[in-house]
Amino acid sequence: MAETAAPATSYEKNLSLRVSPAAQLRADFETGSVRGVVEISEVAFLTMVGLRVNRDSDAGQRVAAVTGGLPATCGSVTGTGDSSVLWLGPEEFLVVAPREAHESLGGGLIQALREALGDGAGQVVDLSANRTTFELTGPRARAVLEKGCSLDLHPRVLKAGTALSTEVGNIPVVLWKTGEETFRLFPRASFADFLGRWLLDAMREYASPEVP
Amino acid sequence: MLLISCPNCGSRDETEFHYGGQAHVPYPENPNELTDRQWAEYLFYRDNTKGAFAERWLHSTGCRQWFNMLRDTVTYDIQAIYPMGTPRPDAAGQLTVETGTASLAPDSTTTGTAAPSTSGTSISGTSTTPASTTAPEGATK
Ligand SMILES: [Zn+2]
Repeated sequence: MAETAAPATSYEKNLSLRVSPAAQLRADFETGSVRGVVEISEVAFLTMVGLRVNRDSDAGQRVAAVTGGLPATCGSVTGTGDSSVLWLGPEEFLVVAPREAHESLGGGLIQALREALGDGAGQVVDLSANRTTFELTGPRARAVLEKGCSLDLHPRVLKAGTALSTEVGNIPVVLWKTGEETFRLFPRASFADFLGRWLLDAMREYASPEVP
Repeated sequence: MLLISCPNCGSRDETEFHYGGQAHVPYPENPNELTDRQWAEYLFYRDNTKGAFAERWLHSTGCRQWFNMLRDTVTYDIQAIYPMGTPRPDAAGQLTVETGTASLAPDSTTTGTAAPSTSGTSISGTSTTPASTTAPEGATK
């Protein structure tokens, strides 16, 4: 990030100091994206909170009131407004929210979750730096993922709004189908570079004219 | 590649799972009373079954929950998948008997419920700490 004049606010300062896990791939993502076919970008610094709580407990109900419900089954996603809760396990969830929700940028989400959990059994952990987010979108997005993911990604099986923990290109990710042709992938930060390059390689053939 | 049906997530590739060794090896009720040989047998001695074998698996890339599986070690046929803490589903006579007395929580920290508690999920397979054991740390002395 270019040196700029002294940031006016702590918000800008906190943001300007950060380097996202796939920042070095930004130009490659730009040139590797095939417009209208399959495009990739990093959605940096989303707020992510790891939740461990029993859905049926009092604490679980209090947390659910903050998050807009806790998903009950594998794949399901709940949420309210612009924050979502992804099912990771029977008592484990991942809250994904815009970066402004993070306390370093003045957000109150994590604190609200902590207060909701109170002294109930469970965890509220800030995992925003644990994973980064890739957004893969376009009519060929599914074909790209199918090269390295053994789940059935056909729309008759995988509906928009489903999030699953699995592997893509041998990398453990949470794969979230956010739209009919849009997927979000959450690799851990240390895998971001590899997975980003793996996806670029998988996308490359779609830049060439289709062989009739 | 085995296709393993996780009780929470459904069919997934074998690469998403970790093997947890033989199931139904109870933590000794009183480790302090064991001889070194008995303790060593508890720690290291396992059956080497040809045929149906009960074993533990962890869906490490998915829901991170443990479960038991009955698998044929010759054909790789998966005969049953059942929750931690429940008995082996086939004939009782085939239950594996190991050293030590049976514990209330035979092989898991999940206290035998179908939906394991979060506290047990991140603990590796062999280090079990059932509530009935009073001084597990003494076992290493
Ligand atoms: Zn699972």
